[in-house]
Parts: sequence; C-alpha cells; structure tokens
Amino acid sequence: MKSAHAKHEWKSNTLPAMVMVGPVTLCMILLVAIPLIYVGVMSFCSIDQYYNVVFKFTTQNHLRLFSTDYLKIYGQSLAIAFLTTLFCILIGYPFSYLIARTKSKRKKLLYMLVIIPFWTNSLIRIYGWRTFLGTNGWLNTALQFLHLTSEPIDFLFKQGTTVLGMVYCLIPFMILPLYTSIEKLDTNLLEASSDLGAKKISTFLEVVLPLTAGGIFSGSIMVFIPCLGYFFVSDILGGGNSDVIGNLIERQFQSGNNWPLGAALSIILILITLLLVKLYQKMGGDMESLGM
Amino acid sequence: MKRKTKAKLQKRLGIVFCSLVYMFLFLPISVIVVNSMNATTSKPYLSWKGFTLDWYVKLFDNSSLLSSFGNTMIIALVSTLLATIIGTLGAVGMYKYKFRGKSIIDGLLYIPVVIPEIVLGISLLTIFSKVSIPRGMLTLILAHVTFCVPFVIFNVRARLDGYDNSIEEASMDLGANRVTTFFEITLPVLAPGIAGGALLAFTLSIDDVIISYFVNGQTKTYPLKVMESIKSGVAPDVNALSTLILLATVILVVLTQSDLLKRREK
Amino acid sequence: MGHIVEIEGVNKIYGTNHVVKDLNLTVEEGEFLTLLGSSGCGKTTTLRMIAGFEEPSSGSIKVEGESIEEKEPYERNVNTVFQSYALFPHKTIFDNIAYGLKMKKVPKDEIKKRVMEMMELVQLEGFEKRYPNQLSGGQKQRVAIARALINRPRVLLLDEPLGALDLKLRKQMQLELKRLQKKLNITFIYVTHDQEEALTMSDRIAIMHEGILDQLGTPTEIYEKPKTKFVATFIGETNIFDGCIAEITDQDITINVENGAVLGKAVGFQNGEYITVSIRPEKMKYASAPVEGFSIEAKVRDYIYVGSIVKCIAVLPNGNELKIERLAGEALPELETTIYPYWNREDAVLIHNQDQVVFQAMENIVLG
Repeated sequence: MKSAHAKHEWKSNTLPAMVMVGPVTLCMILLVAIPLIYVGVMSFCSIDQYYNVVFKFTTQNHLRLFSTDYLKIYGQSLAIAFLTTLFCILIGYPFSYLIARTKSKRKKLLYMLVIIPFWTNSLIRIYGWRTFLGTNGWLNTALQFLHLTSEPIDFLFKQGTTVLGMVYCLIPFMILPLYTSIEKLDTNLLEASSDLGAKKISTFLEVVLPLTAGGIFSGSIMVFIPCLGYFFVSDILGGGNSDVIGNLIERQFQSGNNWPLGAALSIILILITLLLVKLYQKMGGDMESLGM
Repeated sequence: MKRKTKAKLQKRLGIVFCSLVYMFLFLPISVIVVNSMNATTSKPYLSWKGFTLDWYVKLFDNSSLLSSFGNTMIIALVSTLLATIIGTLGAVGMYKYKFRGKSIIDGLLYIPVVIPEIVLGISLLTIFSKVSIPRGMLTLILAHVTFCVPFVIFNVRARLDGYDNSIEEASMDLGANRVTTFFEITLPVLAPGIAGGALLAFTLSIDDVIISYFVNGQTKTYPLKVMESIKSGVAPDVNALSTLILLATVILVVLTQSDLLKRREK
Repeated sequence: MGHIVEIEGVNKIYGTNHVVKDLNLTVEEGEFLTLLGSSGCGKTTTLRMIAGFEEPSSGSIKVEGESIEEKEPYERNVNTVFQSYALFPHKTIFDNIAYGLKMKKVPKDEIKKRVMEMMELVQLEGFEKRYPNQLSGGQKQRVAIARALINRPRVLLLDEPLGALDLKLRKQMQLELKRLQKKLNITFIYVTHDQEEALTMSDRIAIMHEGILDQLGTPTEIYEKPKTKFVATFIGETNIFDGCIAEITDQDITINVENGAVLGKAVGFQNGEYITVSIRPEKMKYASAPVEGFSIEAKVRDYIYVGSIVKCIAVLPNGNELKIERLAGEALPELETTIYPYWNREDAVLIHNQDQVVFQAMENIVLG
C-alpha cells in the first residue's frame, strides 16, 4: 500500500516537476553558476610564460586591481555610467510621460517607434554616430555649409561622445520601465491632487514622482550596470580615451591574454552589480520588473 | 482663452520634445540607409560619391557577409526555440511545484538579466575552454540560450500571475491526462506570454555582440562581422543588409501588430 | 440663500460626441443637488467641468458669481470626492487628509489639529498611520470625503461616491453624508445613477438624459409630476400608455390608446396631440367590468411578493405588461381573470410626447 502510494506521488509530482524544472536548473547551474564560480577561482590563478592559465594560487591579480591606472579607469567608468543614467532619466522621463499619457490614437505606434531602431544591429548604429559626428561627417558638413565653422570640429573620441553612444544604446532600457510605471498611474490621482489645491509642480513632486520612482530605479539599474561593460561603444566612439571597465576585461581576454587578471577585473563588475541590486531591493525595487 | 492657449502651448512643446527624441533615435538609422546607397568603393566609405542601389545587388555576392547573416539566423532560431521550450517548462514547473533549491534557481535567473554581458561572456569562455568544448556554433547557441531563458521565464511568469489553476483541474476532471491538459489548456492560455518571451529572446539573440564576441571561435555572426569591418570602415553592402533587415522587421511587426489588433477586437 | 453655482448654456463636445447639450442649471447655496441619470448621460462630465478637469466647449460656469473658466482646478474653491476614491496609495491616511492643507502651506500644528478634527467627524480616529490599501471600502470612502472637506470648500462635488460599496453600507453612508451636509452646511453636488439614492438624499434632483437636463425639481415633484417620458420611467416603476388626445372637456381629457381609451386630467394640452400617460402601479385600479371612460382590458398573469408589497402583473392585448401594486393582504384579482384597469383621472400624469417614432406608430394604430 505504502509503496503504491509513494509510486503514485512520484508519478504525480516528482516526475513532472523534474521534466519541467530539470532543463532550466541544468542550464542555470552549468552555464551561469559554475562559470561564474570558475571565474572567481581563475582570478586566483597564475599564468606561465606562454600565457597559459596554471592553477598556482596567487593574489597578484587582485593586488593589480588597485593600481592607479586601473583606479582611474574605474572612476572614469563609473562617471560615464552615472552621466549616462542621468541623461537617460532626463530625456527618458519626460518622453515616457508624454508617450504614456497621450490621448492620441497612435499611442501604440509611438511606443513601437522607440523599439524599432533597436532591431538594427547596435554596432552599426553606433558606427552611424561616428559617421555623423566625424570630421567629414554630416554634422561638420552641415556646420560648414551654414558657415558656423570654417574648420571641421572634432566631436569624436571624447568622453562626451562615449556618453552619447551609451545613452543612445541604453535609453530604451530606461524608457520601457518608465513607460510601464507611468501608464499605470491613475489619472484620478493627478486630478485629486489638483483638486485639493496642488499646482502642477507640487502634483509632480508629491504624487507622480513617488509613484513612478520604481520605474526610475529599475531603469537606472538596467542602464548603469551594462554601461560599465559596453566596451564596444567606447571603442568606436571613445577611441581609447574613455575606457570603461569592460575595455579592461576585454583586453585581458583578447590581446592581453591574461585571463586570470581579466577574471579578477570581472569580480569588480560582479561586486558592483551585487551592490547596486542590493541597493535597488532595499529601496523597494521589484526584481521581476528588471526582466521586462 | 488664456487657459486654453497655455494648454495648447504645453502640448506643442511636448510634441517638439518628442520629435527631437525620435530624431535622436532615428538619426543613426538614417545614416545607415543613406550610406547603403553611396556609390563609393574606396575605404573607409565615408565620402559621398553619388546615389546607387548597386549595393543591394552586390551584397548577394559577398559570401562571407551572407554566411555571417545565415549564422545569426540559425543561432537566433535555434536558441530562441530551445530557450522558449526550457523557459516555458521551467516557468510553469516553478509555478506549480515546490522543491528544494527553488529559490536558488530563482536567484540564478536574475544573473544573466542584470550582470554586464561581458562578465557572462568571459565566464562562458573560460568554462568552455576549461572543459574543451571547441568554440563555434555549439558554444554560441549554448551562450544565447543561457541569456534568453530568463527573459522567456519572466514573460511567461507575468502571464501565470493571473492564471486560474482550476481550469487545469477542470480539464483533468473531464478526462484529460497531464500531457493532454498541458497542450490543450496550459499552453494556449500562456501563449501570449510565451510569444512575447520568444520575440524578446529572438531580438536579443540577433543583436548580441558582447557575449558572442567571446565564445564564437571561428564562426562569425552578423554583428561580429560588422565589428570586424568597423576597423576598416563599414562597407555600403553591410549598410544595405542592415537596411533590408530593418525593413523586414518593420514589415513583420506591422503585420503581426495589425493581426493582434484585429484579434483583440473580436 | 444665493446662487452658488450657475451653469449657463454649457455644451461639451468630444469629436462628434455631443455629451452635454445646452445645459442651464443653478445650484442654490447649501442645497443637496443630485445629478441623476444612466451612464453616458453627461452627469459626470458636468461635474468634471465644475471641478475644472474638463473645459466646456461653450457656455459659462460661475461659482459664487465668479466665472471660473480661467481657473485651474487647484485655484477653484470646490473639491471632489472621486468614484474610485483616488486616495494617494503612497501616503498615510493622515497625509492623505492633510494634503489640501499642506498645499495651502498651513502651519504644521494647525494641520494636525484640523486633520484630527476631520478624522473624528468621519469616525476614523486611530487610522492616521495606516495606508489606503489597509482600509475597507467604507473606510476609504470616509477618507476621500474627509480629504475633500478639509479645505472647507464652498461646494463639494461627489461622483458616485457610494458606487463601490455593498447595499447595506451604502444605505448607512447615504444617511451619514446627509448628516454631514446638514452639519457643515456645504453645497453638495452629487452624481449618481441610483434613483433611490437620489430620492433619499437630495433637496433637488436634476435628471439628465442623453446630455439634456430633462427635469429639475424636488424628489416629490420628480416622482409625482414627471415632465418627460424618460423621467417617468426612470424614477420608480410606472405604467406607460402612448396615445392621442381624442377629446378635451374642461380639464378632463380622453386619450385614445392602443386597444381602447383612457381618461386623464390636466391643462395645457391640445386636441389631437400625441401624449404619454404615466400611471404609478400603486395608483392603478381595476374592475371586473368596464368603467366609464376607460376601455382597456388585461389578463392577470402573475404575482410577485416583495416583502410588504404584492405586485400583480397583467397583460394587455398588445402584449405589454401592466403593473398593479398593493400592500400585502389587500385584495387582488384572481390569476387568469380578465380585469378592466382604470384610475382616478387626477392620478394620471400626462406628458407631451416628442418621440417621432411613437407618432408614426400611433398614426397607424390609433387612427389607421
């Protein structure tokens, strides 16, 4: 009797559970958990003279993380990420607000128009900016044609250009959560606030902003963190003048070929991510809304 | 009427602001489209040498470009399919069953979403080289499945939030077994979430640069091909292909969206 | 008592949708006025125009004799209780109620004092630290009212405030609102689709129908002297006969209706005019043989017991149902018998009929 019952339970619960959850578990453990742990392990490894990874314990890599050159780039990377996030909020918030609260029948189209550019390869779009901003690009041609400048202006390869590229690449990740949170906002609440004597600015500060803060937080997470790793943006637009942490890692895994050092550098990114996500959760952020 | 003119002015300002943002979003796209019609043949293909549509024909002779695009499509289709199956099963399974370590799996799912792609890329690179899986199509697909699965799961989960468990019980009460119930009831109800997740997975896969960059080996995807060509200047045929891809996606979206709208009206 | 709100020739048009048509309405200071009508009749739009959330397409609205078109909602001395309550979910009950005073930059200790007073008034003491989602529907309702009243508005606008509550709570809140209104002596403009609610609470009722103000009057006037067919059918139950005036002698009027003739008594009607006769079920009489002046007959089909009242349903030859209402215990005709309905001619309400479709039908039936 007992074994029959157990068998039934196995059949009715354990088997389907394993069939359904098994693949995702396997996938997450083998391709996310173990590789990340291995990166941690590798950061303590050394390399031989042929740049092969050897399992000889060292803290050399971690010590190198604190060299002034690196510290400067962390600072620069964080500054770029911060500016990018700030600009994404400053542009994305009013934009999302207008799109989400428009009474136009074309609201859906307006929303789709934000997403459509991002179906074109991001590299080629960034390259498009380079073409546009270059010394003989569209912008300079236009400026010279209008006699606003006689010599072409070099817009490229500055930290500002990198920020521009980052904002361009990442702004949808700000707009989408903002749009969602603003659209959820009950119009009656705005009317109630106005009805009770609040001017537009007070209504915004007292009602709109607190109720859409969740969108700003999740948008910021989705912009700030990737920004630290988007090495190709600073490669194409920054020309080596505005490296982010991603550039450092990329170099160690490609040309530099010092994987343990690259692994150690990755740990920094992992720590920053963890820290920001913890902060996000502490501020009442919902993890689910990061997955869109 | 003062109040009305004020409101009108505000509306106009809003329209101007939004137009500027759209211009910002579409400016590089217009560069791509224009450059795809540039008659120039010398690197770095920047100066304008007149209008031509030749590149739209010539690109079909560029076998390495076409094969990279082919690779991207294969990888995107296969990894989307796999991620959708794994993600849908996983989301439903995690919703229905309690098991040990569930919260760990749940936590792991967020990692590919929040962690910088470069970290995921190098971690996969190191593990693939450790266990000596030759880098190529297989590693690319594995990597893409990895970062797509969570997005499918979150989309399906959003749909599961409003899911009424009793409809499955009703199905079984009426004589359907588990498998039939899954295909007849569970799957159709979750379909919009699954479709949304699959679409997102596909989009992420075709556009992925960073992760592919580390695990590709000798197999070039289309974004990687673009990356390679950037050093010497992006040739007009690459722009032409990008324009075609954009056009195709827009048409596809317009078709599916209008179709969706119609269905909703019913 | 003066005019506190004057609405003059107000129209509201959305695209091709004419929501409010040439509305003229004057609200007296301190009264409880209800805008009553079914959904889409323009009552909520009217309220929103007074509050300032919508602008009239034409016409003017004055509050305290002052035109308010140029005033933003936050500059108007009226406050609103929203149908959905619209409580700020991220603020405590205290902060919700204090909101209006905070906006007016009232000193903190005065805010505290007045909020506490207000909470006592609506019986919400002890809830100040809670959030709206921790409250029941009735409690949220009280918060919404307190929040709107704290600014001491001249006019309080209420948009179906009791719509989301269950019947019992609604009855209780109706009385409480009425009590508050009398106590504070604030003008209430109340929007509802519930005729019973309107009759219970209002000093005057304005009935709106398809954007038009059909009738404005006290509950008794509205019930007993409906001016349009819509008002007659919308308020309470009634029996309706469409017909044509056949003869007028003094004030007695004979009306030809389908399958017969009936009598009524009124002034201001002309021979040959198409009219509607409305007769309340409790005024309906019946006899076993035709009564002089009345020549309609009906067959008793059913009885419905509603507590202390019994409703008798009889069917006219054209299939229309006739309702007769009596207190339980009073005599009523047997099932399936034929009765001859009649009434005291002064109990019949005669209404000018503007319905073109009815004209045509009458043409065929009565005269044809």
